[in-house]
Amino acid sequence: MSNYVESFGQLWGPLLVLGQIALFTLVLLLSIAFLLLLDRKVWAGVMMRKGPNVVGPFGLLQSFADFGKFLIKEIVIPAGANKTVFIMAPILTCTLAFASWAAIPVAPGTTSGTSWVISNLNVGILYLFAISSLGVYGIIMGGWASNSKYPFLGALRSAAQMVSYEVSIGFVIVTVILLVGSMNLTDIVNNQDGGFWNWHAFSFQNFPLIIVMFPMFVIFFISALAETNRPPFDLPEAESELVAGYQVEYGSTPYLLFMLGEYLNIVLMCAMMTILFLGGWHGPIPLGEDFVRDHPFLNAFAGLFWFMFKILFFFFLFAMVKAIVPRYRYDQLMRLGWKVFLPTSLVAVLIVAGYVAYMGVQS
Amino acid sequence: MAVYAFYLIALVVLVSALSVIMARNPVHSVLWLILAFFSSAGLLVLIGAEFLAMLLVVVYVGAVAVLFLFVVMMLDVDFVELKQGTLRYWPFAVLVGVIFAAEIVLATVFGTTTNASTFDASPGAATNTEAIGKVMYTQYLLLFQMAGIILLVAMIGAIVLTLRHRPETKRQNIAKQTSRRRSDAVELKDPTPGQGI
Repeated sequence: MSNYVESFGQLWGPLLVLGQIALFTLVLLLSIAFLLLLDRKVWAGVMMRKGPNVVGPFGLLQSFADFGKFLIKEIVIPAGANKTVFIMAPILTCTLAFASWAAIPVAPGTTSGTSWVISNLNVGILYLFAISSLGVYGIIMGGWASNSKYPFLGALRSAAQMVSYEVSIGFVIVTVILLVGSMNLTDIVNNQDGGFWNWHAFSFQNFPLIIVMFPMFVIFFISALAETNRPPFDLPEAESELVAGYQVEYGSTPYLLFMLGEYLNIVLMCAMMTILFLGGWHGPIPLGEDFVRDHPFLNAFAGLFWFMFKILFFFFLFAMVKAIVPRYRYDQLMRLGWKVFLPTSLVAVLIVAGYVAYMGVQS
Repeated sequence: MAVYAFYLIALVVLVSALSVIMARNPVHSVLWLILAFFSSAGLLVLIGAEFLAMLLVVVYVGAVAVLFLFVVMMLDVDFVELKQGTLRYWPFAVLVGVIFAAEIVLATVFGTTTNASTFDASPGAATNTEAIGKVMYTQYLLLFQMAGIILLVAMIGAIVLTLRHRPETKRQNIAKQTSRRRSDAVELKDPTPGQGI
């Protein structure tokens, strides 16, 4: 990097970053289009329906058709709505959802200890946590600015739910940080090198910790469902009981942005689970040091493949949960978050901290 | 480059801070406040204190400001009425402003400030997080723990003050609900026609 900057002048560095951002955005948007279809297909499959199958072969172009429809429709802003905030809310949701991806390392770099990432932050995991804690504003602003009872109540429900589950997500993240001794996402992934038994979900290198870490992995998965307002925790939307929660008054492009942000957040949560618990870009069987040294680029692309494959796996789980699990009641949701997950993850933090201090896992 | 970034972010902080008090709508005020917090986090990143910046976002923007927003949105206060007669408080406001300005001037003139170019955000450690952790859990351990206990007391106090046991409210007993079986709830009868049960 620094060589490039010196030889191509000062403009090259920012341009390179801009290019990376454009690439990430493009890939993310394209994958969201197909993931959305996958979501609907899985859901349909479980219900023994066919799902979208008209636009393009196997309905592959359905998302693009939907996209066109959303863009062409007229934007309706309700009377008495707070116009600026009303328009800003979906933009904010979408922007924040994209911003999180700046810190996600997607593949190993060609030299050891580096990775393919836009910004290799020292506090990467904290950055993700901070940005995802901002996501609640898009919802509150959207609900409030609509100037209508139902979006407002939906927004309050949604916000309370997201804030509650953030707490347990935070504690689960702390257990992983304690094991690694760093908040850098690349370090977290590299700590799980050498086979699937070393992934944090299984934690074979700290053997008895699997009793703690695997439940933490499950808690993180369930909290991620709640955090992204996905079924069985989709109470703000609950399309069979209520209208669409905070999005009632939204249509056309603003709605598209909300939905895009929601799906980006889901994929982000899948990526976070992959990085924190399933070894990020590491394959289940290590390729061997010789291979990594001789074919750094091949190794990077193998890493990219595994990373995407794991995200796809988690996305499939998200879709299956949506199809299979019945919706929770609101008090059950709150009880699960505050009375079950919070104490459990707190005790887990104590156990892992004690283990790390006693066994001297970190350097 | 960093200097321009500083001026840009500082400008955003100042404008949003001004807008907090200038905005007519209290919800807009809170939204501006959030922008001010967020931009201040940007300033912290610029001097290399990335851990503090993230904490500022997580704690203030992610939790405290959400509560502000909740309260302000839920309160049904007539702000036109509230604004009336604010002119009476002008002298007091000016006094407070002058005191603040004087303090800042005194601090910059007589204080031993560190130049931004020589400022070390993580003294004696590899990262910012480590540096803060080291002083917090060694030198300032007692104060840190005391702050925690004060917060705990405040939390318990708030709960005690607002908790009312109302016997007439119905409560969900989750254990009872989930341990219900079909045999507890459903009873099959075989009524003869014309007789009923």
